[in-house]
Amino acid sequence: MAKIKGAVVVNNDRCKGCELCVVACPADVLALQPKEVNDKGYHYAYMKNPDNCIGCASCGLVCPDGCITIYKVKL
Amino acid sequence: MDVNEIIKPENLVYGKPRLMNDNAMHYCPGCSHGVVHKLVAEVIEDMGMEENAIGIAPVGCAVFAYNYIDIDWLEAAHGRAPAIATAVKRLNPSKMVFTYQGDGDLAAIGTAETIHACNRGENIVIIFINNGIYGMTGGQMAPTTLEGMVTSTCPYGRNVELNGYPLKISDLVAQLDGACYVTRQSVHTPAAVRKAKKALRQAFENSMNHKGASLVEIVSTCNSGWKMTPDQANKWMEQHMFEKYPLGDLKNE
Amino acid sequence: MAEEIRLMKGNEAIAHAAIRCGADGYFGYPITPQSEILETLMELKPWETTGMVVLQAESEIAAINMVYGGAGCGKAVMTSSSSPGVSLKQEGISYLAGAELPCLIINVMRGGPGLGTIQPSQADYFQTVKGGGHGDYRLITLAPASVQEMADFVGLGFELAFKYNNPAIILADGVIGQMMEKVVLPPFQKRRTEEEIRKNCPWAALGKTADRKRNVITSLELDPAVMEENNIRFQKKYKIIEKEEVRYEEINCEDADYLIVAFGSMARICQKTIEMAQEQGIKIGLLRPITLWPFPSQAIAAYTDKVKGIISVELNAGQMVEDVRLAVNGKVKVEHFGRLGGIVPTPDEVLSAIKEKLM
Repeated sequence: MAKIKGAVVVNNDRCKGCELCVVACPADVLALQPKEVNDKGYHYAYMKNPDNCIGCASCGLVCPDGCITIYKVKL
Repeated sequence: MDVNEIIKPENLVYGKPRLMNDNAMHYCPGCSHGVVHKLVAEVIEDMGMEENAIGIAPVGCAVFAYNYIDIDWLEAAHGRAPAIATAVKRLNPSKMVFTYQGDGDLAAIGTAETIHACNRGENIVIIFINNGIYGMTGGQMAPTTLEGMVTSTCPYGRNVELNGYPLKISDLVAQLDGACYVTRQSVHTPAAVRKAKKALRQAFENSMNHKGASLVEIVSTCNSGWKMTPDQANKWMEQHMFEKYPLGDLKNE
Repeated sequence: MAEEIRLMKGNEAIAHAAIRCGADGYFGYPITPQSEILETLMELKPWETTGMVVLQAESEIAAINMVYGGAGCGKAVMTSSSSPGVSLKQEGISYLAGAELPCLIINVMRGGPGLGTIQPSQADYFQTVKGGGHGDYRLITLAPASVQEMADFVGLGFELAFKYNNPAIILADGVIGQMMEKVVLPPFQKRRTEEEIRKNCPWAALGKTADRKRNVITSLELDPAVMEENNIRFQKKYKIIEKEEVRYEEINCEDADYLIVAFGSMARICQKTIEMAQEQGIKIGLLRPITLWPFPSQAIAAYTDKVKGIISVELNAGQMVEDVRLAVNGKVKVEHFGRLGGIVPTPDEVLSAIKEKLM
């Protein structure tokens, strides 16, 4: 069976740290930066567990600020 | 496999629509407006209508919608967007004309314009963001505020004896012969976002096929006004808003 | 070819002229004494000939906002109403002025305040030339005194509105709207094509093409520094209009001892007053402002050394008289005579008032 692997790129400057992508992710890939903030002071989202990503785009769909770009490959 | 091997243009599956520009949106973190803006941009792009789309922005949080979607816009006086859209569409029948309005704008001060534009069967799309509150002015009661819901102008909760009942304006519009499509959607989950996009696409197609007025209500959150986190607001919306404003098509002809 | 002379009401002349001038849209709501404009347009069905859109709106508020929509697309659009309805339109008028949109508004005035009366009045002078809506703005105001001018000022109104990207208003009164007289209608002009509008009104929201940035029609600017700049730009434009666009008519003014200033139907009545005065050996001239804003202040000021007194005759309690007084700045006596609430004075009533107040 083909394995699918995805990757998420977050536009750190645009991200407002609303956490909706973190909640929407079915594979526990995303988290908010625990300490680091962007220029606006938001704890932006990042791939905490990149290996889990299946490129389903759930995070991108619910992102209100269009910060998320998603890539996917079939292995 | 290294992440950098995946992040290549040929592997792209999802990104910000081209029509949504790089201006940072003024909305609060987690605001539903951003998701709906994105969907509107995607649908216009998918239909190849960017040169023919004309948006009418409201007064309220979405007053600056024109800063984010790269099409021509007119900014309306409070509540008057459907009247403006009426003229824009009648004078330019080949254009794709839509209004983007909140519940204060559409269901309070703009009730007459909304009802009559829909009743005349104007070939426009009305996108109606219902979050049960006035966001921009700081969280006051809207016609759509739920019974018992606390806002800055009903600090003890909406009391129907004092303030009347939550207004289900989409149900009213669905009664009108001029409205061809009235639907209630949300954007709080990936599945809901996909459905909402389909609904918007149908509404825009209706307008170009001269089928009459389409109203797409998006039951939304205002986490700042509701004084919750974005996630809490989504859950509260599922528990409370959907009971009064159930999702689904109210009319599809 | 001989000119075709028609007999019709002032309101009907507006409707005919609108179609002939190539107007793109009319949006109205019935109210006496101007409903014939909408009725005539509906009867003439211009959408079948020129393609002009005519729509009866659900309210005056909706109608003026439809005008905002059409004007925002660079279309030549208009609305008409009478005093109480024009009060409702003030919000939209302020937005039109703030967004610098060209359009034509017609007010066929009736007596107020409130629901008032359906009889003629000129009591909306202040509302029209001093603001009406909120903010520092001006309306190019044309005051017709005949059915011919009702017809002519449609084209002129659109011309000035598009020249300055500013709303223009025809401030008529119930007499001019309702009376019938001969009129030569303007020749037919084609409506502008979308390409022509895109060329002449590059700001119009007609759909964003790849070769330009998006057009946004708005009066909103949250940065006060930019909003002040916007206002300064408006004021500069108003100064140019005040310099370039003053229109007035002088009748028997040359060796007059007394001057009447009157506009619209009142100016016509005052012409008879002048004739009656002449028979009695009294030399009275009439200065009729055709533009109420910009006001012919300089033309009036030129009489300060020539006449013994000026009277502003109006169908109101004394509104234009303030501008006449500002124009002469205390250098000559200025009085007011008017009837109120829909009463139109007779020529000899005016003459008696002149004798009483100025002689």
